[in-house]
Amino acid sequence: MFQVRIHGRGGQGVVSAAEMLSIAAFDEGRFAQAFPSFGSERMGAPVTAFCRIDDREIRTREPVNEPDALIVQDPTLLHQIDLFSGLSPAGYILINSTRSFDELGLGDFLRGFNHRNVCTVPATELALKYVGRPLPNAALLGGFAAISGQLHFESVARAIEGKFSGKVGQANAAAAREAYEAVLAARTAETAHA
Amino acid sequence: MLKQIEGSRAIAEAVALCRPEVICAYPITPQTHIVEALGEMVKKEEIEHCEFINVESEFAALSVAIGSSAAGARSYTATASQGILFMAEAVYNAAGLGLPIVMTIGNRAIGAPINIWNDHSDSMSMRDAGWIQLFAETNQEAADLHIQAFRLAEELSCPVMVCVDGFILTHAYDRVDIPTQQQVDAYLPRFEPVQILDVDEPVSIGAMVGPDAFFEVRYLQHHKQLMALDLIPRLADEFRQKFGRDAGGLIRSYRCDDAETIVVALGSLVGTIKDAVDGMREAGHRIGVVSICSFRPFPLAAVRAALVRAKRVVVVEKCFAVGIGGIVSDGVRKALAGSQVPTYTAIAGLGGRPVTQKSLVGLFESAQGDALEQLNFLDLKRDVVEREIARGRKQRRAGPSAEAILRDLRALRSGIPLGAA
Repeated sequence: MFQVRIHGRGGQGVVSAAEMLSIAAFDEGRFAQAFPSFGSERMGAPVTAFCRIDDREIRTREPVNEPDALIVQDPTLLHQIDLFSGLSPAGYILINSTRSFDELGLGDFLRGFNHRNVCTVPATELALKYVGRPLPNAALLGGFAAISGQLHFESVARAIEGKFSGKVGQANAAAAREAYEAVLAARTAETAHA
Repeated sequence: MLKQIEGSRAIAEAVALCRPEVICAYPITPQTHIVEALGEMVKKEEIEHCEFINVESEFAALSVAIGSSAAGARSYTATASQGILFMAEAVYNAAGLGLPIVMTIGNRAIGAPINIWNDHSDSMSMRDAGWIQLFAETNQEAADLHIQAFRLAEELSCPVMVCVDGFILTHAYDRVDIPTQQQVDAYLPRFEPVQILDVDEPVSIGAMVGPDAFFEVRYLQHHKQLMALDLIPRLADEFRQKFGRDAGGLIRSYRCDDAETIVVALGSLVGTIKDAVDGMREAGHRIGVVSICSFRPFPLAAVRAALVRAKRVVVVEKCFAVGIGGIVSDGVRKALAGSQVPTYTAIAGLGGRPVTQKSLVGLFESAQGDALEQLNFLDLKRDVVEREIARGRKQRRAGPSAEAILRDLRALRSGIPLGAA
């Protein structure tokens, strides 16, 4: 089982992101379960959503306390909540930011992590470029496909275009593609570097 | 057709396939997405000959359903939490009149303190009203139980609640196989009412009944529930034949054959417990779980047969009878009357407190050492409770507890003691 926890703020599409991930996994014939942290969601308040992916039926219904991957839609949460709770150094981290981990002050914290498994991606900027609105969720899903290797980009793109219809869907999928390629390039660079 | 959809959407699609003729809708979290989806389907004319009625309260939602059901229309509504309390009088009326309404409960806690999260207090508050109560373990079962519920309700002329864990199921995206209209039509015949308000053949429904007849009418409700004990497994069998999967039935056992410890639970909690059981089995523990799908009628004989060879039983329940303890465990103890099987109660998950495998395994391991009290509270913050009790002893005007506990928890999180600011 692969467990993803997505952190963001109300209005950023955190819950939709988890839903789209589950749809992409379902599209690949896998079992998936997505659910929100069940708060009274308000614009701007911290929101968490979860997605589990497996090759067999998923029965457990508890929140994801030990994620394999974290997607952080809003880096201002870094100092507000215990973002990394339960994540082992073998885990994956994708943060929406134009800055590097060192610039975010996470350099020391991430020392034990595999650098191929952690990445920042300017998802808000990509969303503004392609969609015209600062909604980073779709771009981050493209980045997630690249960093985790759990899902093919094409199924993520189909899930995005299913959630947002027409031109908005295509624009979000384009933002996701650029994020996917940027993360793949960063991973390749990291491999060459190592 | 297999779909990856929200639980509420799956329930709405299943209800739509049952060809409801009247849907009464009043929004309350976490049930709202179900009636919203049905409202869209009616507007798009995806459900034929169906009237979607926006009402002004939960009391009206069920009262309108009572009227439409008495007029011979297949009637559906959904509610949760304070909503079911507000319609309580109509809940008893629907059962007393023997009207086959189907109602989804998106299970949620009851205030005060106000809380929108999941537990089973709401449906449990109406457990003795005369409705059949079925609990869904998964979203697939939630969808399937609605198809069975209309059939069951109409064969017995008795209302049925389908209880679905709020948020945990209603708001989760899962893989659900939505049957075809042909499959549902082959399982669920047209509604043939046993009583109908018809101007051509006028009858009264709901007459005042004195001491000479009230008792008999009430007994007949019990008789229907006893008939349901036979009908529920038969409908589940027929469902398996027609749809190719298991859903419903009175109870289901998982890894119980040689189990020394058997856990009993209702609803989505069973999935988490099954994973915990698998982990403990791998470590050599002889443990299994029994899921009760039909809480009303309570299947005393089936529960006894499933549990009587165990060395101990642990009932994990998301409801709490304040002043005595477990509600499900009362039924389980009654089922085991005369046997020597000790039955422990664990109250868990109230007001949406997550029930984790880690805590469950701890509970079950304690049970195996027979180190449990008869009544246990899983992951209750004892220290917080003790501090609040002590605070109340110190001053007469101690103020409201909920707010005091929230302050206490904030102080714990920040590390700054109360009163420092």
